[in-house]
Amino acid sequence: MGIDIVVLYVFMLAGFVGFEVIRRVSPLLHTPLMSLTNAISAISVVGAILITGAEGATWLSKTLGFIAVMAATINIVSGYLITDRMLKMFKKRGGSGEGGGQ
Amino acid sequence: MTNAAIVVEICYFAAAVLFILALKWMSSPATARRGVIAGEVGMLLAVVGTLLRAEVVNYELIIVAFLIGSAIGVPLAYLMPMTAVPQRTALSHAFGSLAAALIGTAEYYRHTPHGFVMGALVVETLLGFLTFTASLMAFGKLQEILPTRPITYKGQNVVNLSLLAAAAVIGVILIMNPERTELFPIFCGLALLFGVLLIVPIGGADMPTVIALLNSYAGLAACAMGVALDNKLLVIAGALDGSSGFILSIIMCRAMNRSFTNVLFGAFGQVVTLSKAQEARPYRSASAEEAASILDAARTVVVVPGYGLAVAQAQHKIRELHDLLTKRGVDVRFAIHPVAGRMPGHMNVLLAEADIPYDKLIEMDDINSEFPQTDVALVIGANDVTNPAARTDKTSPIAGMPILNVDQARTVMVIKRSMSPGFAGIDNDLYYMEKTLMLFGDAKGFVASLVKELGAGVHA
Repeated sequence: MGIDIVVLYVFMLAGFVGFEVIRRVSPLLHTPLMSLTNAISAISVVGAILITGAEGATWLSKTLGFIAVMAATINIVSGYLITDRMLKMFKKRGGSGEGGGQ
Repeated sequence: MTNAAIVVEICYFAAAVLFILALKWMSSPATARRGVIAGEVGMLLAVVGTLLRAEVVNYELIIVAFLIGSAIGVPLAYLMPMTAVPQRTALSHAFGSLAAALIGTAEYYRHTPHGFVMGALVVETLLGFLTFTASLMAFGKLQEILPTRPITYKGQNVVNLSLLAAAAVIGVILIMNPERTELFPIFCGLALLFGVLLIVPIGGADMPTVIALLNSYAGLAACAMGVALDNKLLVIAGALDGSSGFILSIIMCRAMNRSFTNVLFGAFGQVVTLSKAQEARPYRSASAEEAASILDAARTVVVVPGYGLAVAQAQHKIRELHDLLTKRGVDVRFAIHPVAGRMPGHMNVLLAEADIPYDKLIEMDDINSEFPQTDVALVIGANDVTNPAARTDKTSPIAGMPILNVDQARTVMVIKRSMSPGFAGIDNDLYYMEKTLMLFGDAKGFVASLVKELGAGVHA
């Protein structure tokens, strides 16, 4: 086997870490959680950059890589921005609650 | 290792730490925005680190793609109304999995890898392409470009499963003989087709589970890419996304008392229509004026929102009602069922958007014991999640599903357009109870008239 088996161990451990961390997320925030993880999984932009920018990339690699970088960037930008936009709306009592703050 | 390579590794390592912290900080609204910043910095480090790598020599295309992607991403984040968040989420799953699938394809044609790497690449492309079309279909259904009712035909599951089996067999052949390039396009085509057919039989009420599941697939596709590229950062980020989607879909399934296979192959809500002959049962209805005076006299009110609230965009009117009643000393809270709406947490975001404080949004398990002490339960645009048949009728299609015990409140009010059954096509016994008042009208319009009646009362 040419590849380091370590990645599989990393996968297993990260899976368990993810499970434990996300189990604790309040159901209140499940929608922003989903948009945040979506932005994080746009980490595939790393692979897309490596394909697109490689030396001697064929036109096929470049085209596919270009679309991939674009799609991943859309997810990164819109994912983080909309998560923050949603989280800004979650407020505790007070401020706008009592009449005045229209 | 050269110095540059060390810098790259440090960037990747820090990014992985920041991604885990980002999710950890999502556990509470107080720290959640810090989590977003951690995620942003992590992503920035990952991108900068990658651009610094010696293998990357051409930057023009990458920069152009960054610019176009940002130009699309920014308006997508700011102009999207909160009611359309489920659609946006489905769309972003489509983008994410498309990226993974295309990178897998490009890698395959670039150096036709063998063995372990080819295995990871096959998984990446399969998950990527099927999630891509499945998410587009989900988007179409949520945006109501496509019919939202489940579409079923005889032998559907057999067709779907044999299609998946065919894709798997070709995938295995490709892993054994990566040189058989003629098979690769067929493999991609089958994955794309399977994604479409997978969503065809799925109805709107099952969307929360399906969106969470697609979230998980998109993460696993990124993860498989990480294995193929031997990049641990990709594996970690993908695994985090994969487990997040997986947990959410488990929560959604539990909240409907159904299994994964049942959601994916069960096609909810198509059998039921015949089961109950349409005998007209008596029910009571009330006008906005009567309803307003009952609300005014109440001490505790629990509002039960559902997807109908999102459709009618009634969240801001409900906030006005909440403010008016609170000002009059009525304790108003909101009971949130896990699968209310079209994606996990949908109702919370809508109500938060309307400036309703989040400590008034109560989860099902916490509020259920309080319904017996509740004067008025006001159901707005929710149906199946309030149906007592889930508790009492073993033959009901929703038997055993955890519901909000609205029927235990002293008075129940239901805002609804007509007596027609809900999404699952099941008649709701709640509507025919002695203490239930049906308030006929559009959710937004009716709440507006309640607000008007209550407001008039104040000034009179």
